[in-house]
Amino acid sequence: MRTSIRWALVLMLLLALTACGGQGGEATQAPAAEDTTQEATAEVQPAKEIVFYNWSEYIDPEVYDLFEKETGIKVVEDNFSSNEELLAKLKGGVTGYAVIVPSDYMVNIMIQEGLLAELDHDNIPNIKNLAEEWRNVPFDPGNKYCVPYQWGTTGLGYLSDQMDEPQTWAVLFKPNPDAPWYGRATMLDDARESFAAALIYLGYDPNTTDEGQLKEARDLLIQAKPGLAGYDSDTYEDLLAAGENLLAHGWSGDFLMAQEDNENIAYTIPQEGGVIWVDNLCIPASVTPEEKLAAEMFINFILRPDIGAKISEYNYYATPNAAAEKLLPEDFLNDPTVYPPEEVRAKLHFLKPVGEAEALYQRLWDEVKAAP
Amino acid sequence: MNELLQRKPGLRAWLLLAPSFLWLLIFFIIPLGIIVVYSFLERDLYGGVVWKWTLENYRRVFDPLYFKTFLYSLWIAFLTAFFSLLFGYPLAYYIATRPEKTRNALVLALMIPFWTNFLVRTYAWLTLLRTNTGLINVWLQEWGIIDHPLPLFGNTFAITLGLVYGWMPDMILPIYAALEQLDRSLLEAAEDLYASGWQVFRRVIWPLSLPGVIAGTMLVFIPSLGAFVTPAILGGGKRLMIGNVITNQFLGAHDWPFGSALSVLMMAVMLLATLIYFRTGGEEARRGGLG
Repeated sequence: MRTSIRWALVLMLLLALTACGGQGGEATQAPAAEDTTQEATAEVQPAKEIVFYNWSEYIDPEVYDLFEKETGIKVVEDNFSSNEELLAKLKGGVTGYAVIVPSDYMVNIMIQEGLLAELDHDNIPNIKNLAEEWRNVPFDPGNKYCVPYQWGTTGLGYLSDQMDEPQTWAVLFKPNPDAPWYGRATMLDDARESFAAALIYLGYDPNTTDEGQLKEARDLLIQAKPGLAGYDSDTYEDLLAAGENLLAHGWSGDFLMAQEDNENIAYTIPQEGGVIWVDNLCIPASVTPEEKLAAEMFINFILRPDIGAKISEYNYYATPNAAAEKLLPEDFLNDPTVYPPEEVRAKLHFLKPVGEAEALYQRLWDEVKAAP
Repeated sequence: MNELLQRKPGLRAWLLLAPSFLWLLIFFIIPLGIIVVYSFLERDLYGGVVWKWTLENYRRVFDPLYFKTFLYSLWIAFLTAFFSLLFGYPLAYYIATRPEKTRNALVLALMIPFWTNFLVRTYAWLTLLRTNTGLINVWLQEWGIIDHPLPLFGNTFAITLGLVYGWMPDMILPIYAALEQLDRSLLEAAEDLYASGWQVFRRVIWPLSLPGVIAGTMLVFIPSLGAFVTPAILGGGKRLMIGNVITNQFLGAHDWPFGSALSVLMMAVMLLATLIYFRTGGEEARRGGLG
């Protein structure tokens, strides 16, 4: 009996250890590259399997089946939940990802850090389908390193049967204990996004590096805290759909997707403005030639009009693909929550790298998170 | 070869130990060394290190913001160990005093939850604790016991509850192991000498179970101090523990040296706590056991 207890203890310790390591995403191993010895002479063959490192619920899984049917290449998906996490993984030397999906400002940083491979446009002829405005984005002129995947905005989702449309960010930043959404609201657990909301409300540039303005934004975020149920970037739309919360700071398409579960979910951009972003398909510099070819084939596949339309119909984000737009229903293209009208678009800001001030943002964000 | 091994018995021992030494070197000593070295370097803007020596990272550890977070983590770890002991000890005693068959079944029952991932079990608590749609609040309101939902989520209570739930078996098993070995005749002897029930517990059972209590407390206290999943989920991301700060240095702030310095400090504190605890506690246990 005594020995069995000792074994139980050992087992327990082992389990405790695995539990500790439970949260980090599993490091994905690179699929064994095909025979690379004769790479110099023979033509490169695409890898049989690639890993797509993507935001969660961001692609119709059917796309994988269609792609595999056509090319024989299997796509495995792994997820991350913030641009910073994606950068940390790549900088930490994790390899095996063939296609990644960083947002605009993160593409900037990744190019600067030498983390991205240049795209071979000969393998991506469908790049011609992109709308003109997405062919020459400021963070990557001429799509040298990346291809825009989907774009959207950051604003407020709410339950329209429980509260009026929020007109201003004050619903979060001036918490009122009598408001029905007091204690039933969430903000993104994302330093840049949450600071952007506060800075926009204050009338400042969401990319400011001014310490005074940032401290004002920090005070505002701390002031909002008693009215929040929590900081959440992954499940906020489900919590709205379930009726747990009434108001959430988040990404447009997530709310529209959650309408399938609860038709009362609505999305709006407050009068002060919001954030606009575009996520991009890129290939990390660490890929093997075989993986790179397969990755380019996959990117090319996504740029096909029918596939682009399929993806937008799944995730309710706007497509940068002009040819795909033609296949989308009229009411989707006219939906102001997907395609904000001109006067709203004028009040939307792209996030940009803030350089050295990054540390200040993170430090002030820690202060917000630690505040009572 | 055989002859060589016979002539030098020391060599044989070394050969047997070599794999584990190598394992420890590669997966323990070297990573630990990297953390220590990194903690004295300057950060690179987007992760990684610049090879310039500095003590700045250790100065920042004592920044009131992070120091307060550290104290809060100590408080949570203390609460977790305390409540695990409070609820775990009676349970361990109960199991240890059952007939052998029941005992084995109960120990097994205790371990079954461990077959499910910790993360999943923590998420499961959400269904119960959520403020407006959590089962506890919904039922209590339906039965008219409360008017307003209780604050069960996103606070110190929720974090402590999640940690106690997660780590209590680590408290129960060592105590159970200690109690199970307890010599029944000692209890009979105490009763023969007219000791009251409380006296038997205080003078005989408790001192003899102390090694288990100490091991259990350490097994609960240490992982609770470094917890980051539980505060992130059950704390609603609104309460920061030192584990969250460290995670964020690597996944968000890209400040590896500062994250390393915090880790080194935490390891030092845990080591110190372990040493003090075992020294004082160990003494007492020995005295109790002999006296």
